[in-house]
Amino acid sequence: MRGATILKASDDKTKQLNNHTLMAFSGEAGDTVQFAELIQAYIQLYSMRNDTDLGPSAVANFVRGELARSLRSRHPYTVNLLLGGVDPITKQPHLYWLDYLASLAPLPYAAHGYAQYYCLSILDKHHHPDIDLEKGKKILRMCTDELQRRLPIDFKGMLVKIIDKDGIREMEFDCSKQVLSA
Amino acid sequence: MASGYDRALSVFSPDGHVFQVEYALEAVKRGTCAVGVKGKDIVVLGCEKRSAMKLQDTRITPSKIGLVDTHVCLAFAGLNADARILVDKARVEAQSHRLTVEDPVTIEYITKYVAGVQQRYTQSGGVRPFGISTLIVGFDKGDATPRLYQTEPSGIYSAWKANAIGRSSKTVREFLERNHKDDMDRETTIKLTVKSLLEVVQTGAKNIEIAIMAAGKTIEMLPVEDIESYVKSIEADKQEEAAKKKTGRTPGTGTAAILTRSDGGASGS
Repeated sequence: MRGATILKASDDKTKQLNNHTLMAFSGEAGDTVQFAELIQAYIQLYSMRNDTDLGPSAVANFVRGELARSLRSRHPYTVNLLLGGVDPITKQPHLYWLDYLASLAPLPYAAHGYAQYYCLSILDKHHHPDIDLEKGKKILRMCTDELQRRLPIDFKGMLVKIIDKDGIREMEFDCSKQVLSA
Repeated sequence: MASGYDRALSVFSPDGHVFQVEYALEAVKRGTCAVGVKGKDIVVLGCEKRSAMKLQDTRITPSKIGLVDTHVCLAFAGLNADARILVDKARVEAQSHRLTVEDPVTIEYITKYVAGVQQRYTQSGGVRPFGISTLIVGFDKGDATPRLYQTEPSGIYSAWKANAIGRSSKTVREFLERNHKDDMDRETTIKLTVKSLLEVVQTGAKNIEIAIMAAGKTIEMLPVEDIESYVKSIEADKQEEAAKKKTGRTPGTGTAAILTRSDGGASGS
């Protein structure tokens, strides 16, 4: 894939908030990292103070509150977020979609930015509530293939992280192969 | 003691004492005992735990050992309520430090901060000093040397190989001075901590709390059963030694000595 625009290859746009919640962020360059680090500090402070981690839904609602407060300030953060986590007690997985206008939606699959116009239709078609990890990886591959085919940007591969009841881990994800048009 | 020099905090007595600070040290001496011991590559905190009353729910009764950050652990002796405030200030500072310089706090830094807060409360109006001494332990980022610091109500801080604070801390410190060695392994370090606490805690394992810190790991609270087994093995060692001494004094009981030794050895292992 060649293109006029190239993105930085080694950029991790995720922050681990506690043992089992991960937050991915996009938006205004400076705001994103500042906001994510602030949230990370708050969530870790909570864990220290209370000897227990906040669950994913509690984290999501807290983050939404911070975004809503920021939105009504003189300089709001323009940050869009995806928040994934596994509840340490119920072991249920959660995914939350948040944007800079402080919307919060629990969703089975989600995307932000320009890429969502390519991905959401694929996810609509192939996602099913009880798919396993392997099927999930396959759908993710379909999405990235589509992006490599159609996105007018060379995005230099993907950083993929998996959250399950054992915690958060990074997954090897190769995007170097050329994808031919369908 | 109606000298008047203990009315306001920020007033010296003519002979150079700040009485309120000295009273705070007295509050520390009345608090339950806490011990910190450094080994070769771990550091152990031990605490005397007040025995719970019959109807008390021990699961939600706060511990005297607290985490300040994932790599910093703090134990205190003195007024529990004061400690809660101080520990919270330390926790906020630890996170704030991460946010501003993108690195976790060093143990020395957070000790200095805690001592700094304690000092501030000896020199401003309308407040009283913190009635607590603290032991702060942990490992700096990317460093495997165990650290152990102590802070006092006056704001003094100091580094130690092993130390005790609180009730009968003098007895325990003297015990540690006699028995501490450099480069102890995990087992010996924990055992020394438990043994030193047993100098002042008569009631055994259920009144002892042990926390272990190792490099790159977060806190490990030792389960009661494990503490129990340490206590048992220490008691066995003591009995063995007592038996040895006894046989040493009365000659002609050589067979008895062999018997007790093998008994002690079996129950000790």
